[in-house]
Amino acid sequence: MSGLLRICTAGSVDDGKSTLIGRLLYDSRAVYEDQLHSVKVASRNRTAGPIDFSLFTDGLKAEREQGITIDVAYRYFATARRKFILADTPGHEQYTRNMATGASTADVAVLLVDARHGVRVQSKRHARIARLLGITDFVVAVNKMDLVDFDRGVFETISDDFAELLPDAQLHPIPISALHGDNVIASSDRTPWFTEPSLLEYLETVEVDHNLAAKPFRFPVQLVLRPTHDFRGYAGQILSGTIAPGDTVTAWPSGRTTRVTRIVTWDGDLEIAHSPMSVTLVVEDDIDISRGDVLALGDPHVSRGFEAEIVWMDERPLDPARVYLLKQTTRTVTAEIDRRFLLNQIASAHVTTSRPLIFDRYGDNRATGSFILIDPATNFTAGAGMIVNAAGEQVATATQPSAAERLARLARTAATDADAVAAVRRALEELLK
Amino acid sequence: MSTSAILGATPQSAHARVPAVSPLARRPPAPPRLDHLRALEAESIHIMREVVAEFERPVMLYSIGKDSSVLLRLAQKAFHPGSIPFPLLHVDTTYKFREMVEFRDRYTAQIGARLIVHTNQEAITDGTQPFLVGTQRCCGLLKTKSLLDALEAGGFDAAFGGARRDEERSRAKERIFSLRDAKGQWDPKNQRPELWNLLNGRVRPGESIRVFPLSNWTEIDVWQYINVEQIPIVPLYFAKEREVVVRGSALIMLEQPFVPLLPGEHPQMIRCRMRSLGCSPCTGAVRSEADTVPKIIEELIATKHSERQLRVIDHDQDGSMELKKREGYF
Repeated sequence: MSGLLRICTAGSVDDGKSTLIGRLLYDSRAVYEDQLHSVKVASRNRTAGPIDFSLFTDGLKAEREQGITIDVAYRYFATARRKFILADTPGHEQYTRNMATGASTADVAVLLVDARHGVRVQSKRHARIARLLGITDFVVAVNKMDLVDFDRGVFETISDDFAELLPDAQLHPIPISALHGDNVIASSDRTPWFTEPSLLEYLETVEVDHNLAAKPFRFPVQLVLRPTHDFRGYAGQILSGTIAPGDTVTAWPSGRTTRVTRIVTWDGDLEIAHSPMSVTLVVEDDIDISRGDVLALGDPHVSRGFEAEIVWMDERPLDPARVYLLKQTTRTVTAEIDRRFLLNQIASAHVTTSRPLIFDRYGDNRATGSFILIDPATNFTAGAGMIVNAAGEQVATATQPSAAERLARLARTAATDADAVAAVRRALEELLK
Repeated sequence: MSTSAILGATPQSAHARVPAVSPLARRPPAPPRLDHLRALEAESIHIMREVVAEFERPVMLYSIGKDSSVLLRLAQKAFHPGSIPFPLLHVDTTYKFREMVEFRDRYTAQIGARLIVHTNQEAITDGTQPFLVGTQRCCGLLKTKSLLDALEAGGFDAAFGGARRDEERSRAKERIFSLRDAKGQWDPKNQRPELWNLLNGRVRPGESIRVFPLSNWTEIDVWQYINVEQIPIVPLYFAKEREVVVRGSALIMLEQPFVPLLPGEHPQMIRCRMRSLGCSPCTGAVRSEADTVPKIIEELIATKHSERQLRVIDHDQDGSMELKKREGYF
């Protein structure tokens, strides 16, 4: 069992996520007395009961004033069995991007649903995002059970609805009252019909498969370290797999092979290293390797075209006529996407990049199968993508317009002359790189 | 700091290294799983390297505290066998504890780091001090303004800070790469989404980022790491008899001549230590017997109060940390 579990919470607004987290922190004593005191003082200005637990997590003034969670908040707590990093994510639809953010690193999602309302649009949406981002273990926390007299029928209907919604996931429905603490830390005697573990017990014991060390070796180069003339090392984080001196690796995209001679760290050279260690590798041959290249064992996909599921997070829609920046591992390239996306839209699309990416399917490797899209005009992180399938190089070539066609299209589709000049200049700079 | 500067850097001298074999080097080949401290370490190193790869002129805010000590060790590890490829910046209010300044000068020289010390001399000359202008204005002038001036003067486009999300509720919301506008200000409602370990380092001219490699560390993690790594820290963290006055729940050391004695207060010797380091007039000590790192960890596990409780400046108004951060404070 892993010593660290990353959790994200999800659900509709007012389903009580922040209250549940406040309860977990409070009951596991991750909240200190002075923080509790400041919350008690603040609670007097509001109408949320004796202690408003959401005040622990709603860290921004605007959130406390409006009584809603706007932004993802990270919380840390530990029990004797495990340490937890918990991403508390907002329920409002306009903040769906933060849901995706929280889910991107989570092992388990806790989906909260109000027992009185059942599965709502927002619950479905969040369940889908969490599943899309690779989460397979879900807790369905049916909250506010005290308001439906701990009715078993209500609980089971909601559980069944989620089972239909997430047919390929591991579901663990639990009837709770976050406000009163039923089945949060300990089992509640108000639900004698429920014999499964409480929420915390489940989180303490769930086995999640994130054994990236057992997967093929992937090492994107972050920096080339050359402090002296006789040292040249490739600094990076091992995203998956294991490496030892003597192993033959392939440098992508060049495809040249070489042997690892040393694994250098400040603590001394290592005989073996594995994900997620950050190390510096020295190789035998003097081959050209730079930031963005990947040292790998086995065959990653190397392609300029692929199919991806994309979550769009920007108010400015994705414009298929524009060129975006795409960052995947340590490589940033320009990319075109073959369809339009609106804020909060999730769909699959074909992506064509200016230079090849070295990747795996997201389902096989979250770290090498994910990318972000950056709008070069605003620098905002506008989209997040998960690679579903490599398109063959042939497909990529076939859909890739010539440079002249691309420039003409950029100029044609720009809103103003100034935009056209800027877009063409950017594209030219990229071509000349 | 450009990449070429790293390439030209000299390797660390051998005696600056900790000679002992670390737990990392001793680790047996199986099972291939990192304990949570090593996982946090690897994540922080990854963050630091991304900054050096994507920014022209990074700088590390060095506050002399325990978190800064951990940041420094991580920076040594991230760029080994090269030296740390960016300078350290200490924003000196001139009201820091004497032992902090002594430690700063000794330790940074020992590890061969480049240190920039910046003070808002104009404000000091004008007599700025917390009891005269109030803590909000004092922090604003001596910390926030001073910091922004120093960042501008150095042309820094990325500044590392040791803040952790578990410290304070507005910090819990902050990104690892946190964008600042040309005036150094934070817009908490319009932060860039940050997914996986993919950090967006794109900024426009004039904009900058604050970088928090310790975002996912907790106070206990920091202390456990200091313990495992044997990282030197300011002696103020360890309990000993110190001359203080009892003020509310805080013990205040009278280092600055302008700190007034309130009616009924008298200096006395109390065994105490600092849990968090700041300016001596505004940072209280706690009664403690913990004079070693393991004892500090034990004490923390048993404590009921957060580390920033005795930081007066966190409590001078509602949402005060968020307001300070928006203006440009760390």
